[in-house]
Amino acid sequence: MTYTFGLDTFGDRNAAADGAPLSHAQTIRNVAEEGVFAEQAGVDFFGIGEHHTGYFPMPAGDVVLAAIAARTQTIRLGSAVTVLSSDDPVRVFQRYSTLNALSGGRAEVILGRGSSIESFPLFGYDLADYEELFEEKAALFAELLRGGPVTWDGKTRPPLLNQDVVPHLESGPFPAWIGVGGNPQSVIRAARLGFGLALAIIGGPPARFAAYSQLFRQALEKFGRPPLPVLVHSPGHVAATDEQAKAEFWPRWREIISVMAAERGFAIPTEESFDRETGPDGALYVGSPETVAQKIATNLRALDATRFDLKYGMPGLTHDQLMTAIELYGQQVIPRARELLS
Amino acid sequence: MTTATPADHRIAVLGAGHVGPVIARLAVKAGYPVAIAASGDPDDIALITELLIPGARPRWAADAVADADIVVLAIPLNRFLDVDPGLLRGKLVVDAMNYWPASDGVLPIRGASSEMVARRLEGSDVVKALNHIGYHELEDRARPSGASDRRAAGVAGDDPAAVETIAALVDRIGYDPVRLASLRAGRVLQPGGPVFGAVLTRPEFEQAVADNERSLA
Repeated sequence: MTYTFGLDTFGDRNAAADGAPLSHAQTIRNVAEEGVFAEQAGVDFFGIGEHHTGYFPMPAGDVVLAAIAARTQTIRLGSAVTVLSSDDPVRVFQRYSTLNALSGGRAEVILGRGSSIESFPLFGYDLADYEELFEEKAALFAELLRGGPVTWDGKTRPPLLNQDVVPHLESGPFPAWIGVGGNPQSVIRAARLGFGLALAIIGGPPARFAAYSQLFRQALEKFGRPPLPVLVHSPGHVAATDEQAKAEFWPRWREIISVMAAERGFAIPTEESFDRETGPDGALYVGSPETVAQKIATNLRALDATRFDLKYGMPGLTHDQLMTAIELYGQQVIPRARELLS
Repeated sequence: MTTATPADHRIAVLGAGHVGPVIARLAVKAGYPVAIAASGDPDDIALITELLIPGARPRWAADAVADADIVVLAIPLNRFLDVDPGLLRGKLVVDAMNYWPASDGVLPIRGASSEMVARRLEGSDVVKALNHIGYHELEDRARPSGASDRRAAGVAGDDPAAVETIAALVDRIGYDPVRLASLRAGRVLQPGGPVFGAVLTRPEFEQAVADNERSLA
């Protein structure tokens, strides 16, 4: 079994050593540095998730990925995720097939329905339609990935009649996944359309998602598709010791989740809930390289998944803290997790 | 005292998204006969049911509801407006939905969102329950009666008998039911309310509700 290990960022706004927030521009330049450094540290994939807020000033991750592509040779580069529901699948395909061309075939894309919702009002979409928007657009994206002229008709964008969409793919489709947060019908959709399954696990025991990966495999079979991979995406932070990783991450996590809790109505994290999530049965990978590697290996096995993407960082952490986390992840966590899984 | 057993109450869960399958699974485990329906063909959710909710039966919504005593609404609130109230006439309806203005748009809600639901379903008994514990926690935190780390879940409604039936359901799936005397009082269970998203013991739950009342008085 071949396992791959990635890092994802949402462009989490960095802080200076004194805690003052850095500018959006500096944060974006730092993300590019982090992506280049991830390759040097031995990371297989670097992903950037689309966000549109002051905490996560990262609406155009593909531009940053292009900058990283120009300075790297082997690391795979992709979105994590692209909010496809509020984008045009033709444009998304064009941007990522351009990235694929620039990077010599290293592009990937993870498509999301919209757990992050700011893009809907920004681009004039109604969030109430997000299911219909995503279903149609994901189906069109699957068509585009196949290559060749596309004929398509739907409600969410103008029709295409035998349309040649450029740039053409040099050597077949690039890897594409659908991000799923816990809706089993999204798992079925990924199988039906032939996308990999990206499980975003951000709370609760990861093992409960084992049924989703089983559902995915059986659905692929039912739709007569060949096996496709499952990846796990979860947040975390790596430092020299468990104590240091938690001490750095906890205040930042509390702040961000508290803000989201006020907007979306979920529980404000407590030290007790944080301890549970960072413990062996929780969804956060916060700790020393050994702790994080053990947890990754355990959960990849439990979920029958072959790729793990750590969503590193959190608004308010410093670029130096992130670079250390990347170094530890690439040089210690990944080799150790591979060893545990072999 | 009611002597009804779970087998006496057939449950239809409407919604096969994040929440519906979790509630259905807990209800099957508690011994209830359970049907689950999405918006369309039951074939579309056959695999989901088989793997995630073994023991439940995927059906068309109309058929599932027709044969049910209890109907659990686990759909986005804006989709509730597409549900035919006639279909639910005479049923005990559990409103497990929440009002999220960002995704639901502006809905005609004054007071509790369940009151809007009840106004639309005037031929049904509506009880608010199972909406305030996150779907990913609902199953993990369920505990048998008497467990020391058992948590509480609110049950609000205007009809005491209906509240009692759903309190028994909540108890059997793993939570200490805390009864609230009206749908209006069920506002404490809504997003922004003192127990929403929190997984509390019964004393903590009752305290949070009492503190909230005091702060409003």
